[in-house]
Amino acid sequence: MNVTVLDRAVARETRVSGAGATATLRGIRKRFGTHEVLQGIDLDIPAGQFVAIVGRSGCGKSTLLRLIAGLDQPSAGRIAVDGQENAWKDVVRLMFQEPRLLPWQRVVANVEVGLTHAESRTERRREAQDVLAQVGLAGRERDWPAVLSGGQKQRVALARALASHPRLLAFDEPLGALDALTRIEMQDLIERVWQEKGFTAIVVTHDVTEAVALADRILVLDGGHVAMDVAVDLPRPRRRGDPQAAAIEGRILDRLLQR
Amino acid sequence: MKRILPWIVPVLVLLAWQAAAQAGWIRPQVMPAPSAVAEAAWRLSRSGELWANIEVSAWRALAGFAIGGGIGFAFGMANGLSALSETLTDSTLQMVRNIPHLALIPLVILWFGIDEEAKLFLVALGVFFPIYVNTLHGVRSVDTQLLEMGRAYGMSERALFLRVVLPGALPSIFVGLRYGLGIMWLTLIVAETISASSGIGYMAMNAREFMMVDVVVFSILVYAALGKLADSIARLLERVCLAWNPVYAKG
Ligand SMILES: Nc1ncnc2c1ncn2[C@@H]1O[C@H](COP(=O)(O)OP(=O)(O)O)[C@@H](O)[C@H]1O
Ligand SMILES: [Mg+2]
Repeated sequence: MNVTVLDRAVARETRVSGAGATATLRGIRKRFGTHEVLQGIDLDIPAGQFVAIVGRSGCGKSTLLRLIAGLDQPSAGRIAVDGQENAWKDVVRLMFQEPRLLPWQRVVANVEVGLTHAESRTERRREAQDVLAQVGLAGRERDWPAVLSGGQKQRVALARALASHPRLLAFDEPLGALDALTRIEMQDLIERVWQEKGFTAIVVTHDVTEAVALADRILVLDGGHVAMDVAVDLPRPRRRGDPQAAAIEGRILDRLLQR
Repeated sequence: MKRILPWIVPVLVLLAWQAAAQAGWIRPQVMPAPSAVAEAAWRLSRSGELWANIEVSAWRALAGFAIGGGIGFAFGMANGLSALSETLTDSTLQMVRNIPHLALIPLVILWFGIDEEAKLFLVALGVFFPIYVNTLHGVRSVDTQLLEMGRAYGMSERALFLRVVLPGALPSIFVGLRYGLGIMWLTLIVAETISASSGIGYMAMNAREFMMVDVVVFSILVYAALGKLADSIARLLERVCLAWNPVYAKG
């Protein structure tokens, strides 16, 4: 019995510290009818990197993220996560724009949706409670999603994603609907768990300030291509309103607005 | 005070009725006094006749409901989940739906006589459609974003059904359930009144032959009470099963 407990602990350890996965995209195209949204994307994302994707509305950010998460198939090109071209769906999690919680399950049961590996019921419950505490929702286990605020719902969605120990976590404008203060809190939370867990993070955002605050690297998507690939070498934790950050933000905005 | 107010009018009506009957303004052959109805109720429950008839009627109602509702639920689920099944059966079912099931009574009597099957068949047929239509609608209106989330998290088809589809369709299924309960009683009343040798409807028709108006009125009240009871149970179930939904949580 001790052996299995140890095995489980080891398994969890490797899931946690096995950390980030690499993502490799080669010649990715995606067509809807006659409209080719992505026209050849080549990308190498190293393990543990925090990447932000910005671009105009409708330029294909969500499409790209869904391809990386394995929810859609590319029309052409190849995607590999950790060198694997198949069987990486468990490695990647996508946090949707909407929390997408099951309204008929209590908060803790919603987090357990992400616990596909945990064996016993009690262990599942304990892990779910742990993760909820990590996102600052200890004590809310028995609540229905309907009574939570928008920011709290996104925290539950984050907890659900974290519970499955993803090695690549993709976020599709998860903070778009939140008010300014809640947004900053959530950004800090995402940065914190990313630093703790070491997964590779890809965040789609329409907020360039947010991208500069969070990311190691910013990709500007335009015309179906990666139009700009900017490294953000600023020390963390980053202060808001840093002049270097402002300079990077200015360059990206100029590109986006074609100035 | 709020709890008493709604009762004032019914109590007044009852008192006026009793007074009018005692004063001889209403002939007892037309409408017995409330006290006479109460006496009939006492008499029938003492003799056991009432309980025997309620048992028979309730059994018919529930068995017919279980059969019709079960088949309706199964078809609703199948057609909501499988496009093939829907193409195959939905338009046929919709065509049959246009025939009022009570119009089949003469045919049903020809087929089954006045046996139990006749009543079960009619109740089942009447209950089938509301359950079918609302189950189908419920499954169709399940949030596709939640389905995608479930798949992305690797839920099996079984888990997807139990954790996403079924609970998502439940509010609509309950609408069908409560509607079906109404049709269930209505069908049973008609069927038992026309042809039966036991049950509440039989009790009423039998009393009519002997001009026992008090029993007739009492039978009507029993139907009303049973209908109310069934609806209350459905409401209670709804509140328990849909506690997550703020619309039902307060109630
Ligand atoms: N499933 C789909 N079917 C048809 N067109 C789609 C589909 N998904 C996205 N599109 C189109 O692809 C383009 C890019 O969409 P999307 O990736 O959602 O943009 P973004 O997230 O950058 O705002 C849009 O023009 C959109 O209409
Ligand atoms: Mg989008």
